[in-house]
Amino acid sequence: MITATGITKNFGRLRVLDDFGVTMSGGHAFSLIGPNGSGKTTFIKCLLGTVIPDSGSVTLDGADLLRTPELRSRIGYMPQIGRYPDNMRVAQLFDMLSELRPSSQKRDEELMESFDMRRIADKPMRTLSGGTRQRVSACAAFFFDPQVIVLDEPTAGLDPVSVEILKEKVNAERRRGKLVLLTSHILSDLEDMTTDVIFLIEGRLRFCRPITELREESGGERLGRLMARLMREASTHSES
Amino acid sequence: MMLKIVKHVLLDILRSRVVLAYTVFLAAASIGLFNMDADTGKSLASILSMVLMLVPLTSLIFATIHYYNSYEFIELLSTQPLRRSTILRGEYLGVSLALSLALLVGVGLPVAAYDGSLTGGCILLAGLLLTFSFTALAFLGAVCSRDKARGMGVAMLQWFFFALLYDGILLLVLFTFQDYPLEKAVIALLALNPIDLARTFVMLQMDVSALMGMTGAVMEEFFGSGLGMALTLSVLVVWILAPLGLAVRLFKKKDL
Repeated sequence: MITATGITKNFGRLRVLDDFGVTMSGGHAFSLIGPNGSGKTTFIKCLLGTVIPDSGSVTLDGADLLRTPELRSRIGYMPQIGRYPDNMRVAQLFDMLSELRPSSQKRDEELMESFDMRRIADKPMRTLSGGTRQRVSACAAFFFDPQVIVLDEPTAGLDPVSVEILKEKVNAERRRGKLVLLTSHILSDLEDMTTDVIFLIEGRLRFCRPITELREESGGERLGRLMARLMREASTHSES
Repeated sequence: MMLKIVKHVLLDILRSRVVLAYTVFLAAASIGLFNMDADTGKSLASILSMVLMLVPLTSLIFATIHYYNSYEFIELLSTQPLRRSTILRGEYLGVSLALSLALLVGVGLPVAAYDGSLTGGCILLAGLLLTFSFTALAFLGAVCSRDKARGMGVAMLQWFFFALLYDGILLLVLFTFQDYPLEKAVIALLALNPIDLARTFVMLQMDVSALMGMTGAVMEEFFGSGLGMALTLSVLVVWILAPLGLAVRLFKKKDL
C-alpha cells in the first residue's frame, strides 16, 4: 500500500503539487487523470525519487519511500520516453538493471517473451525505433516482478498489437495483487486497465474513486467523455 | 554498487569513437613531437604544453556532453534502488577513467617508448590529475545548469578562465604590485588554478627553476623540490575532491 500525505512541490514560483495526498492499495489499478500541467508526472516523479518534494511524505507499507532508496527495488517504472546509453545493447540493459538489484529478487520474463526481446537482444539501443524502445522500457518495468508498477504514458508510440499485450499484462498483474499506477491522455486505453480514478486539478486531489462508481453515477458514460465533462466543470468552478 | 555503474558507463564510452579519436590524436601528436627533435627534453616540454591545454578542454567538453546525453538514463537510474550519490560518482568515475585510459595510451605509451624518464611519468601523472579535476568541474557545471546550451557555455568559460585568462590576471597582479614582496601571494594565487599547479609540479621535477619563471622559483625557494611537488600534488587532489563533493551535494537535492 502506498500512502502519500501533504505533498507540496514548487517549481520556482509555480506550485505544481499543493498538499496532495492519496492512499493506494494493492490489487487496484489507479489512473492519474487531470488537465495538462495538473501535476500528474510530478507526483509520479516524487513517488519514484526523481523529484524531491518540498514537504510531505510517501510511504510504502509504512516505510518511508523518500528516504529509503532500497525500497525502490519493489517498484517497476516505465518512463514516458526511454533513452539509454547509445552503445548499450538490449541484453546489457537487463544485465545492468539486474546487477543493481538484490540477486534474490524474482525475475518475470513473460513480457520479454511476448515482445520477443531475444530477437533484438544484441542490437545497440540507438538503432531501435521509438516503439521498440518503449517495448524495452515496458519489459524493464515488469522484469523484477515488482509489487508496485508505475507506467507513464505506456501506450504512446506502441503499435496496436503491443498495446493489447501490455494491457493484458497490466490486468493480469493487478489481479495477482499488484498496485498499478498509470497516466495517459488516451483515456480509451486507460479504460481497459483502470479500476480507480485519481482526479487532480492544479496540484490538488479532487477525488479518488472506483471507476464502476463513476460510471454508475453518470449512467454508463465513456471515461473520456466523463473526464472531459468533469474537467470543464472544474475549470468553470475555479473561474466563478 | 557504484562500481557496477562505473563498469557500464566505461564500457559504453569505450565503444564510442570519440575517445578512440582522442587517443589516436594524442598518440600521433606525441610521436610527432618526439620525432621533430632529437633532444627528448625539448619534446617533453612540448608534450607538457599540449597536455596542459588539451586535457582540460577535452575533459570539460566531453564530460559535459556525456552528462547531458545521459540525462534520461541518469533519471532512470534514480528510479532504481540506488542512492543519488552513488549514481553521480559512478557516472563521474566512468567518464574520468575512460579519458584517463586515452591519456595513458595516447601519451603514456609514446613517452615510455621514446623517453622513459621520470619527467615523462610526472607529465602523465599531472595529465591524469587534470583529467579527474576538470571532469569534476564539468560535472559541477552541468549539475548546476539545466539546459545543455548553458552547460556547454559554463564548460567553455571554465576552460577559457583557467587556461588563458587566469595567467593574464596573475601577470597583471604581479606587474601592478611589483614593488611589494609577493612570494606568499604568488603561491596562494597558484593554488587557485589546477593548470598552473600541474605545470609547476612537472617543472619542479625537471629542476629547471631558471626556466619556470617567478612562481616556480618561489616554490623551489620556499619548499625545495620534494616538498613543493608534494604540496602541488595535494592541492591538485583538492581540486578533484572539492568540485566533485559539491556536485554530489547539489545533485542529491536536484529535481531530475
